[in-house]
Amino acid sequence: MVTERIDEILPGAVLDRHAFRGDQTIVVGRDRFLEVIDLVYREGFQLLLDVTAVDGGQRDPRFDVVYHLLNLASQERLRIKMRVGEGEAVPSLVSRFKSADWAERETMDMFGIPFEGHPDPRRLLMWEDFPGHPLRKDFPLDGGDVFCSQDIGASYSPDARSLNV
Amino acid sequence: MTGIHLDDSVMTTRLDAVVNWARKNSLWPLPFGTACCAIEFMSMMASRYDFSRFGAEALRFSPRQSDMLLVLGTITNKQAPILRQVYSQMAEPKWVLAVGVCASSGGMYRTYSTLQGIDRVVPVDVYVPGCPPRPESMIYGAMKLQEKITQETLKGRREHIERFYASMARQEALQEARGLSNHQVVREMVLAAGENGDQRIW
Repeated sequence: MVTERIDEILPGAVLDRHAFRGDQTIVVGRDRFLEVIDLVYREGFQLLLDVTAVDGGQRDPRFDVVYHLLNLASQERLRIKMRVGEGEAVPSLVSRFKSADWAERETMDMFGIPFEGHPDPRRLLMWEDFPGHPLRKDFPLDGGDVFCSQDIGASYSPDARSLNV
Repeated sequence: MTGIHLDDSVMTTRLDAVVNWARKNSLWPLPFGTACCAIEFMSMMASRYDFSRFGAEALRFSPRQSDMLLVLGTITNKQAPILRQVYSQMAEPKWVLAVGVCASSGGMYRTYSTLQGIDRVVPVDVYVPGCPPRPESMIYGAMKLQEKITQETLKGRREHIERFYASMARQEALQEARGLSNHQVVREMVLAAGENGDQRIW
């Protein structure tokens, strides 16, 4: 299993882990992240399937940036989570994985997490001057539309602010 | 009386009536298809339902000589300025059918990304409910539109279209003044209209 190999070669890099039915997840810190990525790449995890994030809301640090990797030779899957705070930059993986380009742009767009060293750091889905980041928990679900918020909650989160102000 | 006897080769009528009769029987559609409703529209144009029976023979994906804009599917806020541009490029006379619940009211998508009904950005004549509506429903909607056209006046049409182009001018002026993208300008116009209790920007 790859998690044991990471422990052997980079002791202390993995902060937390869990596995369920072969679904291996490791949590790493921002400082050791690139080391871990380079190691699992050498171990055969050479397909980056997805880059996304999770907004923890009031949690500190706020975001989990999530990377899904697949080892094509052994068909093993690995999920790497990295804890980052709001506004903290994350190293871009575009130089290592071509597939990181759009996935990182989407994460940038939807969560407002900056990726350092990205070759084309534009928004992917929303337009350039769109206010806010839609997948953050404090973003109003209806985008501040008065005709929507009359009968549904404005957001998943009670402390959401409207964009209308 | 000397001269030619015209007998029954002349009919008298109103200009509005004869113009509207011609218009209603040659509705050339411009499909703006974004989702599953566009698949239903393919069926509507195909042999079983054969929408060409209604004079809609010329189907082009261009606003060049079309009369009827069929908005088929979900329109997002990102597409709203594009839809407005397509509508503004169509030659007069022009009518709009909002096909399906997404185009009519945003449907089940009550989110930041979906325009809550295209009537917020372009004038709509007939709403066709359903998700997706069957081809029969769309044809019924087109027949309702034909009924509506017979009751129109030339003056009424002119006022109707001037209102829309005034809103286009307002949009361009706002864009010039604020330096925003057309997406953001249309979005802010929609939100501002909502604050004033108005559902539309035209």
